[in-house]
Amino acid sequence: MPPILFWFLATLSVVSALGVVLQRNPVHCLLALVLTLLAIAVLFIGQGAVVVGFLQAIVYAGAIMVLFLFVIWLLNLPVVTGSTGRLAAKLLGAVGVAALLAELEVFWVPSHLQVKAAQHAAGYGAIDALSQTLFSEYLIAFEVTSVLLLVAVVGAVALARRTTDAEVQSQAGNSSRTEKAA
Amino acid sequence: MTIELVVGAIEAILMVLIGLHLSIFLLYFERKGSALIQDRVGANRANITGIGQKLGMPNLGIINTLVADPVKLFTKEDFVPEGADHFIHGLAPFLALFPVLITFAVIPFGDTITIAGHTFNLQAAGLNAAALYLLATIGMGVYGVALGGWASNNRWALLGGIRATAQMISYEIAMGLALVAVIMTYGTLDLQAMVRSQGGVWFGFLPRWGILVQPLAFILFLTAGVAESKRIPFDLPEGESELILGYMVEYSGGKQAAFMFTDFAEQALTAMLLVTFFLGGWQIPWLYRDGFHFPGGHFLAIAPLAVSILGVIAFLIKVVILCAFLGLVRWSLPRFRYDQLMRLGWKGLVPLGLANVLVTAFIIVATGGAH
Repeated sequence: MPPILFWFLATLSVVSALGVVLQRNPVHCLLALVLTLLAIAVLFIGQGAVVVGFLQAIVYAGAIMVLFLFVIWLLNLPVVTGSTGRLAAKLLGAVGVAALLAELEVFWVPSHLQVKAAQHAAGYGAIDALSQTLFSEYLIAFEVTSVLLLVAVVGAVALARRTTDAEVQSQAGNSSRTEKAA
Repeated sequence: MTIELVVGAIEAILMVLIGLHLSIFLLYFERKGSALIQDRVGANRANITGIGQKLGMPNLGIINTLVADPVKLFTKEDFVPEGADHFIHGLAPFLALFPVLITFAVIPFGDTITIAGHTFNLQAAGLNAAALYLLATIGMGVYGVALGGWASNNRWALLGGIRATAQMISYEIAMGLALVAVIMTYGTLDLQAMVRSQGGVWFGFLPRWGILVQPLAFILFLTAGVAESKRIPFDLPEGESELILGYMVEYSGGKQAAFMFTDFAEQALTAMLLVTFFLGGWQIPWLYRDGFHFPGGHFLAIAPLAVSILGVIAFLIKVVILCAFLGLVRWSLPRFRYDQLMRLGWKGLVPLGLANVLVTAFIIVATGGAH
């Protein structure tokens, strides 16, 4: 990956990530998050992890973010104008951010300042290598994860199908009416 | 390296132009082909000075549909409704059109061609993971429509946007499953390699096209493709009789044209993908690199350059025929009801797609095709 492309994408992902946090309109935040995910997907592809990059674009940017969009619409979130929260909380937050940045500066930057290209084996990140590993070495973990997701889906459906209070009342009303009729 | 970059850029522009021209063909079909189907006269005005009539030519309505309409659309007032999100309202049509146009880049429109000692692959972007790329770009197409509906500050538009999002997400799964079976059959994600392996014949005469191996996947992909392009019978997001124009209600002029063009371009893209996966791409039956080998044992030698060019022409002819077929479908069927649409997607196409993947896997393992 040419360095100029890397720096462009890195800047884009950081700026759009800031946009997620700093913007007031939830839909604008979501668009910024999509941009972040896409920039990171292209970074993955540029580093040789082609399948992971495309899956990031398909699954996260293409499907999960659309779900987020639905949630934002259904919750009908208001656009926040002006700042909220207490002054003390903001001050504490600022101190925390400063501490984190200082920690990054002291502990991380000096030793990792030199950017080195990673050495990959042939076929690294290609779909056959990835699926060979996934479906042989990590097969049990993979299957267990799929069962876990299935449980989550079944649970969500069960929760959504629970009869609401209104339905219970209308059923009670119907039965009392039939009793009277009897 | 430089010459490859230049040729790649030319191919990319060529591919976008082919896609846009096919969209124009579909636009013309929408106006005049529909008239033919419904026994109407159709677009017949704007016959400048009546020259054509005087020469005895039939009025094909070409000036109406391909000159007057675009001029009208692009000179109209660009209206943004009150309370709309200006930025996203302006962004949405292009967010819808852009992913379709960049998908054209991975479609192989010909074999390699050798000119002046340089050999070029007639595919703008020869990606190894092209099948994943097109799933990613098709997935991105949802945003333009969804955000266009939301940003208009109009309930019909929002309803249209929500319908479009739900529909496209649902049918993307069916499309992906059809694609999985195709990928398993060819054993590659590279579209050019897929087309290559559709060369040659079975039993001495039958071309090895994908539709003969994966007929079910063809039908699934066709259905899902029509649903993705939001055309009748899947045009619920636009549904004129219920939602006026759905997510496009508050758009006028060039932006509305961009949304309309997205639908046509998606239809053209569906046709190209169907040709690539199932109808042999640029392959011509019995034509090899050296010439025609007819089933009867006859041989007709053709120069390699001519073979490459014939391939491009064959690809275009197949795509135009499929585009016309999609147009016929669009003008023959009534619109689905929303519950019918969801039932067809989730209880029809998705289980069929899963079964198709399973059967394909069994056959591949049984015939020892797996490495």
